[in-house]
Parts: sequence; structure tokens; C-alpha cells
Amino acid sequence: MTEARIIELKNIANKIRIGIIDATHAAKCGHPGGSLSIADIMAYVYFEKMNIDPKAPKAKGRDRFVLSKGHTAPALYSTLAHRGFFPVEDLVTLRKIDSYLQGHPDMNKVPGVDMSTGSLGLGISAACGMALAGKIDGKDYRVYTVIGDGESEEGQVWEASMFACHYKLDNLCVILDLNGLQIDGPITEVMNPTPHDKKFEAFGFHVITIDGHDFNAIEAAFAEAESVKGKPTVIIAKTTKGKGVSFMENSVNWHGAAPNDEQHAVAIKELNERFI
Amino acid sequence: MADVKKIATREAYGNALCALAPKYDFVVLDADLAAATKTGIFKKQYPDRFFDCGIAEGNMMSVAAGIASTGKPVFASSFAMFASGRAFEQVRNSIGYPGLNVKIGATHGGISVGEDGATHQCNEDFATMRSIPGMVIINPCDGVEATAAVEAALLHQGPVYMRFGRYALPIINGDDYKFELGKGVLMADGTDVTLVGTGFMVSVCLDARELLAKEGISARVINIHTIKPIDKDILIKAAKETGALVTAEEHTIMGGLGSAVAEVLVENHPAPMARVGVEDTFGRSGTVPALMEYYGLTAENIVAKAKEVIKRK
Repeated sequence: MTEARIIELKNIANKIRIGIIDATHAAKCGHPGGSLSIADIMAYVYFEKMNIDPKAPKAKGRDRFVLSKGHTAPALYSTLAHRGFFPVEDLVTLRKIDSYLQGHPDMNKVPGVDMSTGSLGLGISAACGMALAGKIDGKDYRVYTVIGDGESEEGQVWEASMFACHYKLDNLCVILDLNGLQIDGPITEVMNPTPHDKKFEAFGFHVITIDGHDFNAIEAAFAEAESVKGKPTVIIAKTTKGKGVSFMENSVNWHGAAPNDEQHAVAIKELNERFI
Repeated sequence: MADVKKIATREAYGNALCALAPKYDFVVLDADLAAATKTGIFKKQYPDRFFDCGIAEGNMMSVAAGIASTGKPVFASSFAMFASGRAFEQVRNSIGYPGLNVKIGATHGGISVGEDGATHQCNEDFATMRSIPGMVIINPCDGVEATAAVEAALLHQGPVYMRFGRYALPIINGDDYKFELGKGVLMADGTDVTLVGTGFMVSVCLDARELLAKEGISARVINIHTIKPIDKDILIKAAKETGALVTAEEHTIMGGLGSAVAEVLVENHPAPMARVGVEDTFGRSGTVPALMEYYGLTAENIVAKAKEVIKRK
């Protein structure tokens, strides 16, 4: 990527973050912390990597994305809206009774959502199913899924990992959002799921560890993942929960709380100052 | 009955998958029980369309959802206990909520699992699966019905839960049998009482009808193969015409066929009814005939309940 493209992606990620803050502020609830942590990855995947067409969200040969950590739906919605799947103005209807933007992603209501998720551990398995179907049908689409570090405490994540490696799903790329915090506190204190790299490696994954906010590193990791054959790849993305909003960064309090009017104004001001 | 042909509905399931394979595009998943669920028959003939998920039923159900999301129907098989119990939440959230085209082939349903005992005798699956919006539930009464039900399930767009049994059951339907999803089947007419059976208990209801006839009581027998959506019309008609009903199922009396029938009657045409089933208790080890006797899943018990409801008219 050129330096100019990286600047573009940074600005897109910033727009995605603003959408996250606007949506959760309007909803007066939701999960901004883990949404902000994946904004850079979402910008890269949807604006640089995936073979998708907002005008044909159900195209057979498209790449697929499963937000296994479904509670960070604001990040997915904001990304899809900015990518042209639906109007950005709709983001503020998040979680409202007459809105199609449910608290957790619904594949039947939201254009561009490839799988309904929310219950942790289920999305990565569904992504495995999509990848297997691609193999069965001889299609060359790729499947991406973002899981949470807290989510990795779910046994199903490891059932899915066994499955992905057993069936050599090299068209599957798992991204672990390693922001270090879950609802009850730091992951290492609540129920330590680390070391992730050694666990995934032992299951048979190709493991890449990166700074999840560095676009050069993100690009290199996704390129490497695509080149690995015979096994799935996991990109362990070290991120900052709440990234981009000073008072939300590295704070467990912003896992599942929305900004009030005052906090919203401060957050938007900070994010606006980040445009390059 | 000695000369009546018998086959377990799970066997019919495995054979039906093979018969449908050349005609339709689908894949089959199992969780290390292919030999028992009889998907092994399919695996042998169509190894490229069969995928073992190992002993990880939750993952299997979500994988099935992922495959189905690409447009390919999936049969996902395990024992009823694990398909509907262990993987309940995956069935609800990965398959039920998005309404994906997954057909759950749950074998070893009910008490007739036999000697394996309580941990493997699933008497709760109708209740749990019935609570999932949009889930179709089929419980065939013999091999003929099971074979037809598998194709009907495949042709239905959306999630279907099919319960099959381990134990060989008598064939009570003819080769010309036509399966209609959601339609109860009038197996034998009668005027004094209606016996509503499902699965294994349909043939037991027919036996009970013969015993009642000897005492001068005319019993109608209805086969409810589709537990959900249930055929309201045939039940309301039976309540109006016979005035009393007995339900019979290899399932807890809470939340299954008996409850579903009661729900229909109480809101449309209340009539005296009784439920034959497993009465709020766990199963145990034993031979199938011994277990059926132990839990009152017998023609004699249905007869006793029938006389009781007739008195309450």
C-alpha cells in the first residue's frame, strides 16, 4: 500500500469510529470499547481486502465476513454503512424498536451481514462451515472472522479450531482481537486464555501476531494468510480497547456502556481531530 | 405381529439420504456417531459429501449453519440428547434465528434407546425444539413414513428437527403412503374416543384400539408425525366428533405432543383428555419392552386412560 492509501484507510477507520460513537450514543447502550478496538481491521478488510459488492450483498462468489464477537455490531454496521451497504444516517437507529440494526448482527435484516451472531463462540464455527462449503464447491472465496479474546474462553472456539485445521481450511482467516479486557476485568484475571499463539499453533493454525492498529502490519499479515496453504491462519491482533477516544482507551468500563451527551461531544471532537 | 416387517426409523433415515443424494445437492454432518445414526450408510456411498465433526455437537450445528448460509442444505446428525440438548443454543441461535436450511437428524430419541439408560434417553426434545420459532418437528412412526419425511424435510425451506428411533418398529404404512408436512393422519376411525399418537406410540395406539374394540369401545387413531406446526383441524374435529382424547408419546408429558394437543383444544374446543408419556421422571436402563412397560407406554395404559376420559365426558 502507498502512504496515501494508508492515510485514506486511517481516515476511513476514523469515520467508522465516529459511527460507533454516534450509534451507541443514540442507542444509549451498546458496546463501544470492543468496537473501537477493531475499527482499523474492519477498515482494511472491507475497504482493501474483501471481494464484495455493496450492490450485490448476496453474490455467490463473494468473500465472507463473520463477526463472531457479535456484540461489537456497531463496528460492523458503521463499516458496512460507510462501504455503501446502507445509509450512514441509519446508524443512529441502532437498537431501536423499528430499526433493522439489531443489538447483535442479523443476516436477514442487515445488507452485508453474512451471519447472525452474538452468542460467543458460534460465529467462528459458522465461518468454518462457509469455508468448508467453498472447498466443497471449488469456489475461491475467502472467509474472515473476528473473534474476541474473552470469547476465546468459550470451548466452542477450540472445537471450531480443531475443525478448521482438520479440514485444512486455508481459505479461512481468523482474526483475534486481543485487547486484553472482558466484562469482568482483564482477561488474564477473569479466566486466563493466554498464550493464544501457542494454543492456536498447537491446534494446527498458521499464527501471525501483529499490532492491530498498524496498517502496514495488517496488510502484511493478510497477505501472508492468503499465501499459506493447507492450514487456516489466525492473526493475533494486539489492540487497544476503546482505541481513538482518550477516556475509553484501556478502560473496562466502556465494554458495554454508551457515552452520554457530554462524553459523546468530547469523543467526536477527539475523533474529528484525528483526520489526516 | 410376528410376520410384520420391522425397521428402525434411523435405518430408514440413512437409506433415505442415499436415495436422495443423486437427486439433490446437500451434505451430511455427524458427530462421531455415524455408525449409530446410520449416516454411515451415506458416508460409505458418498464419502465426498459426508463430514465428521468429531465429538463436538455445538460446533457441528454452527458449522451446518455456515454451510447452509451459502445455499447448500445440510443434514446434521447426532443422538437426540446431544442434537437438541447439548447443542440447543447453537440450534437456536445459529440455525433457528437466521432460519437456515439445516435438517437435524436426531436419532435415539425417547425411552426406546434401551439399555444405555437415562443420560442417553432424550425425553425432552419436542419441548425444547418446539420453543424455537419456525422450527419444524417431525417424528415418524415407521420406516415408510421416515423415508418420506426425510425428502419432505429437505424440500421444506428452513430448519427441521427430525426425531428417529433406535429400536426396530413395525411397518404400518403402505408403499403408497404420501407424507404431508403438518398434516395429521387418520389411521383408523372411531366414535367414542380419539387416541393421538406420535412415533413409536402410533402402533401402540393401534394395539390399544383393538383392545378397546373388544370391550365395545370405538376408538379413532390419529398419527401426529409433525409435532410442529401441529394439525389443529384434525384435532379439533376429533374433539368435536369423539368428545375425548388420549395422547401418547415417548417423551415427557410436559411440553411435547400432549401439551401441544392440550393447547389446541383448550383454545378451540375443550374436551376431556389424558396424556400418556414419561411422567416427569428420568429414564433408566432396561430392554425396550421392559422400559415401555415400566413407564406405562403400553396399549394397556392407553386403554385405561381412554376409559377414564370417556367417563369425564
